[in-house]
Amino acid sequence: MRIEEHPILKFERERKINFYFNGIKMEAYEGETIASALHANGIKVLSHSRKGRARGFFCGIGKCSSCLMTVNGTPNVRTCITMVKDGMIVEGDKYDLPESFPYRKPIKEKIDVSMAIVGAGPAGLAAAIESAENGIDAILIDENPRLGGQLIKQTHKFFGSSREGAGKRGIEIAKELEEEATKKAKILLNTSVIGYYDKGYHFLVAANQMDGILYEIKAKKIIFSTGAQENMLVFEGNDLPGVYGAGGVQTLTNVYGVKPGNSGVIIGAGNVGLILSYQLLQAGVDVKAIVEAMPKIGGYFVHAAKVRRNGVPIYTRHTIKEAYGKDRVEGAKIVALDEKWNTIEGSEKDIKCDFIAVSVGLTPSTRLVQQTGAKIKFISAAGGWVALHNEYMETTKDGIYVAGDASNIEEASTAIIEGKIASLHASNSLKKVHGYDKKMKEYMKRLEELRSGIFGERAKFAKNKIYEEYYEIRENRRY
Amino acid sequence: MKYEKTGVIDISQLKMPNEKQLKKGVAITECLQPIPCNPCKEVCPTDAIKMENINDPPDIDYDKCIGCALCVEVCPGLAMFVVRVRDDKAMISLPYEMLPMPERGQIVKALDREGKIVGNAVVKAIKHGRTNVITIEVDKNLAMVVRNIKVEK
Ligand SMILES: Cc1cc2nc3c(=O)[nH]c(=O)nc-3n(C[C@H](O)[C@H](O)[C@H](O)COP(=O)(O)OP(=O)(O)OC[C@H]3O[C@@H](n4cnc5c(N)ncnc54)[C@H](O)[C@@H]3O)c2cc1C
Ligand code: SF4
Ligand code: SF4
Repeated sequence: MRIEEHPILKFERERKINFYFNGIKMEAYEGETIASALHANGIKVLSHSRKGRARGFFCGIGKCSSCLMTVNGTPNVRTCITMVKDGMIVEGDKYDLPESFPYRKPIKEKIDVSMAIVGAGPAGLAAAIESAENGIDAILIDENPRLGGQLIKQTHKFFGSSREGAGKRGIEIAKELEEEATKKAKILLNTSVIGYYDKGYHFLVAANQMDGILYEIKAKKIIFSTGAQENMLVFEGNDLPGVYGAGGVQTLTNVYGVKPGNSGVIIGAGNVGLILSYQLLQAGVDVKAIVEAMPKIGGYFVHAAKVRRNGVPIYTRHTIKEAYGKDRVEGAKIVALDEKWNTIEGSEKDIKCDFIAVSVGLTPSTRLVQQTGAKIKFISAAGGWVALHNEYMETTKDGIYVAGDASNIEEASTAIIEGKIASLHASNSLKKVHGYDKKMKEYMKRLEELRSGIFGERAKFAKNKIYEEYYEIRENRRY
Repeated sequence: MKYEKTGVIDISQLKMPNEKQLKKGVAITECLQPIPCNPCKEVCPTDAIKMENINDPPDIDYDKCIGCALCVEVCPGLAMFVVRVRDDKAMISLPYEMLPMPERGQIVKALDREGKIVGNAVVKAIKHGRTNVITIEVDKNLAMVVRNIKVEK
């Protein structure tokens, strides 16, 4: 299942190591996650439910809990974001907590900073760089083993204006941001922020599970740039191993160089589904079909044209009815829909495939920011529940900011600028930033440009709604 | 628009160059939607691409275009092609980001916008870049039909 040759990527694999899966010795490379090492060994069934249904990973970014396994005796380890180590003992199907629970007293570390940034995707990285430029000490925390969030899997060239590096691939942009942020900011990887407390000051608790470290972070300002999580779709067999979120497939294929399977069906013809399909073709995977319930393709035409001219059919007004297979995906049944969204009798197609990738949209990750007491509201155009905020990205709770997909599902380009805006505003309220007005104006202008045009309309609408609701609550506090 | 449903454009939607322009070789753009993107315009050495607002689709002035294919290489949408027609043959420069890479002189399959094989193509030139640009030769009647290649291992 390992990709040896790729037209864009070069997989530089580190040292070969061994680990044990349910007692069987397996090979892996240092620097990859447990779940990808298992996939590379052909293991898709990671565990079983208590009722015996097979379980495999879905999201691949530590958010869905379907990859939980017992690792070196520690139960409920998210194997999709935990690195495999030499001699590691990985077990599925362990339901009961061990009798002698391997409780380790965590090493506690206290951190006192001006700014804490949660999530190191493009928004968080940009925020960290901005704070350093303003002379503000910040800490950037991410639960993944690498910086870059969603960007590290985007092998395609980005649209945009030449001035801002359009035509660059997402991975190249991630690398640039990573290099700059690493030089300028303090970073904690493999560390999940698990709680927020208001102690009269902002207080975060974060954990590095594998190293057993518990961080207690006191911060004057916090930016939540926690990104988004994939939406699930209801259909029969959607819990079979081999049904993945699009992001999970991307991580596996483009970050770790492991194929999710040999042939797949993609659900959803938005940009994510289209781009994913193209990336799979590049990885040498056969994409059997893209299935879209809407009457037309949701993503950009140019992305659709790329996969079409490689022979991939796009079935609009179709949906998936069932994923079938014993213990893992062996095929998908798709069906046509009429104008009223009812399935059309006799239109069923049976497509043999060994995986299904679901890309039916994202939902902002707001669980943490919610804990702060910032006002949360369901804004459908923004992708779900979001923290209300103003144009400087500050929420209704003083000193708490949001940025990027966590504040409205959008793009890396806008996430970067939002991260900068949040960070600049927070910096300036800590210590006067030289040239603040000019800088802020410039960022605002760039954001506006990116949201002009018909494809920016939804984002603009969502943001205006969010600002409006924010000011309704904090009318007397317009800055 | 039908292409929004199928992902395949109808040739009638393209702005067609005249015979003289085609003989010289010009860029054909298949970027029709208003997306915020402009590297093609910025890279063009002869200022042949008109785009007032970054959201406008590119509009190519076939008299100014010299068929250099720089826009083919830079375009993130892989939506630029250069077509040149001479006698009964057409040369098409297209973006190629797949494996295996063909070799010069190799005969490969010529694919249309739906990925269907419509004939053979001879690889005339390969330019390695951020996106590789492959120039192929096909029969003249396929000039506006072929938009991809398939290289057998
Ligand atoms: C297939 C695809 C194609 C795309 N194409 C484009 C494109 O062409 N152009 C473009 O501009 N954009 C594109 N995007 C969108 C872009 O990737 C995202 O909008 C962008 O990555 C969002 O950035 P972010 O920083 O808000 O979040 P993310 O990149 O999602 O990063 C969030 C980070 O937060 C971390 N995190 C979350 N919760 C916690 C916690 N509790 N503790 C610690 N860390 C946490 C996560 O691990 C993650 O690393 C594409 C996306 C996809 C999926
Ligand atoms: S082929 Fe060259 S001259 Fe013609 S539009 Fe493209 S970049 Fe400009
Ligand atoms: S570079 Fe490509 S995608 Fe961008 S506007 Fe030009 S033709 Fe369209």
